[in-house]
Amino acid sequence: MEKNILIVGVGGQGTLLASVLLGNLALQKGYDVKLSEVHGMSQRGGDVVTHVKINDTIVASPLIEKGEADIIIAFEKLEAYRWLPYLREGGAMYVNEQQIMPMPVVLGQVEYPSDIDEALAKAASTLVKFDALALAEEAGSSKAVNVVLLGAASKAMPFTQEEWMDVIEKYVKPKFVELNKTAFAMGQAV
Amino acid sequence: MKRIMLGNEAFARGAWEAGVRVVSSYPGTPSTEVTETLAKCGDEVHVEWAPNEKVGVEVAVGASMGGARALSCMKHVGLNVAADPFFTAAYNGVTGGLVVLVADDNGCHSSQNEQDSRYHGRGAGVPVLEPADPSECKDYMKLAFDMSENYDTVVLIRSGTRMSHSRGIVEEGERVEREVIPYEKDFLKYVAMPAMARVNHVKQEKRLAQIAEDAGKLGLIKEEMNDPEIGVVTSGICYQYVKEALPEASVFKLGLVNPLPLQDIAAFASKVSRLYVIEEGNPFLEEQIRAAGIPVHGGKELFTIQGEYSANMIRKAFGIEVPETEDVNAPGRPPLLCAGCPHKGLFYVLSKLKTTVMGDIGCYTLAALAPTNAIDSCLCMGGSIGMEHGFEKATGRNDNLVAVLGDSTFIHSGITGLVNMVYNEAKGTVIILDNRITGMTGHQQNPASGKNAKGELAPALDLASLCRAIGVKNVFEIDPFEIRELEELIKAETSRDELSVIITKRPCAMIVKQTGVPNVITDRCKNCRQCIKVGCPAIGMKDGRPYIIKESCVGCGLCARVCPFDAIESTARGVEAGRGDE
Ligand SMILES: Cc1ncc(C[n+]2csc(CCOP(=O)(O)OP(=O)(O)O)c2C)c(N)n1
Repeated sequence: MEKNILIVGVGGQGTLLASVLLGNLALQKGYDVKLSEVHGMSQRGGDVVTHVKINDTIVASPLIEKGEADIIIAFEKLEAYRWLPYLREGGAMYVNEQQIMPMPVVLGQVEYPSDIDEALAKAASTLVKFDALALAEEAGSSKAVNVVLLGAASKAMPFTQEEWMDVIEKYVKPKFVELNKTAFAMGQAV
Repeated sequence: MKRIMLGNEAFARGAWEAGVRVVSSYPGTPSTEVTETLAKCGDEVHVEWAPNEKVGVEVAVGASMGGARALSCMKHVGLNVAADPFFTAAYNGVTGGLVVLVADDNGCHSSQNEQDSRYHGRGAGVPVLEPADPSECKDYMKLAFDMSENYDTVVLIRSGTRMSHSRGIVEEGERVEREVIPYEKDFLKYVAMPAMARVNHVKQEKRLAQIAEDAGKLGLIKEEMNDPEIGVVTSGICYQYVKEALPEASVFKLGLVNPLPLQDIAAFASKVSRLYVIEEGNPFLEEQIRAAGIPVHGGKELFTIQGEYSANMIRKAFGIEVPETEDVNAPGRPPLLCAGCPHKGLFYVLSKLKTTVMGDIGCYTLAALAPTNAIDSCLCMGGSIGMEHGFEKATGRNDNLVAVLGDSTFIHSGITGLVNMVYNEAKGTVIILDNRITGMTGHQQNPASGKNAKGELAPALDLASLCRAIGVKNVFEIDPFEIRELEELIKAETSRDELSVIITKRPCAMIVKQTGVPNVITDRCKNCRQCIKVGCPAIGMKDGRPYIIKESCVGCGLCARVCPFDAIESTARGVEAGRGDE
């Protein structure tokens, strides 16, 4: 078993919780796991990425390279596009349709790419694209986008429903556990 | 118990288990979480944020002399600031174990350079340990304390972005409490005067030679014999890339990168046909290995000294195929000052006035980017003040020229620069952005915050009184969102032929949350796009017109203040009536 999962988005979108949940799931199942993220400048609304590598033997490098990701979970459309070269042949993508304009686009210096949908469809064997923000709001908070997306991507991962619920209970603040369980279920239903 | 830990959390755990008692650090990505994690443990450890790295190391040296295990953590450039105490403490040795942790930033993810701290370790003459995964982060930290006491030396641990900010599985252990070693005066050891230094320098040489000899015994060498054709000497995170890219190769993993166990390396070299040295950054290992007469088949002629390495980079260098994927042309997403950030008011004004701005290091450096483009330089912590002074002395110009720096940066290294300006009769203007926190590195307390590293109440440094005490006659405090008053003040002070300090006071938007009621752009909007010039992540463009991104807007009202047509409604205090900036 080997799963390389790339979680990408915009600073402040909550990509970190998603990777913490995944990492702990892997640990509980007895897999080796490494995660890698970059703090600092990349927060503050810049692009962010977390690498999650799970293996039933050993994970050496914490980095997923171009063409190596089994799954890309994208919190924003342009970010899905940016990391597309990292998807392996036959890989799956779970994409929040939300668009967040980077400053150069707002200033009219460059265009937000118009061919993202086609590019994603061409590269990904499985492509699930939906409005995760709307579902998160329906579940009770726009902050639950991360768990909605995990719910959607959970189908491509080797963890049972019980294990997911267990890890949500353990690593989400008690106050938000129910909300996140709802959000997860809504993602699964996509 | 096994837990997933960030490399930095594992370092902290190792220090805690090793019985560390005093920790004094200054924040800096990617080192910060080590100290933050330790600050969350109980009273068994005194954890503090020092005003800068030099003080941090001095505190740790004093704690060690007092008989306790002590730690100081910093980013790579922080070790430049701390180099003075570090180099001499390296002669003197320790009483309680003394460890300095430094985190490099290959790839410049969040730094102004990618300098290689191994040279500082070698220059100072201390052992340098380099772990390769979170589990080793913990183990090496504990070993570092033991080595420090056993060999009577300061120990440097070198981490980096990928080490500090990767997570992996770590087994937790128990803390071993250590009694504070009773103090005995030893002035030959601790008073660094020429006669003592000469003696201590000799001792230092001896212990380094001993450590190089003991590297294997200490568990800091791992020789993995495989295919004898290719042998790779490597260390730290590169070890992981090598294992992934060249699983068949023989590998000599160094956990100790200074002093080098050259005899062991020579023995390994003699067992393989071709020896490679794979290390990020400068050819630090390679040059020493070559200088020892060990033939190196491939080193920096195959690899760059810039940036981060990866398994694919190594595969390519060895002619191994890697997956080819199509590149995309995605527009960049540069980081921005947050919605509600107090710095935005100031930089909106400076951008409007086309002021020459000697910048500094902090969140506010981001104002160098579009749309404000309001910063002319950024060198090092506190550098803005010295640079402004030099610029003025060279050009005779102080009109529409300012130095800009944050509260934490001012306290770190700006105060001495300001003393210099007073002393040497500067006429310039210094603006201190006082948001009461060390923002850029993730919101650590500082001496002006009113809280300490553990979040307890602490005395707050009064920056205005400090500036007056230094001898600055013109000191002003102003809310940076009062943009009209601020503009007038900056114009007046930069045209005055006297030194002035303007302190812009408003708390960081991440610490004191705003009302949260989003602003609204009304139909009075003439699409002049003045609001876009604020550079706010909560203002986007749709169908050629600005709009407020509800999820991102915190309702700070700055856009309402800059709108010349009173077209933006905000519930933020003071802007209900719409206060256009003409
Ligand atoms: C010598 C050195 N130490 C630490 C850092 C890391 N660092 C970058 S900016 C900064 C301080 C930022 O705080 P402040 O000046 O208050 O500005 P803010 O980010 O809050 O606007 C620090 C500690 C550095 N770049 N150089």
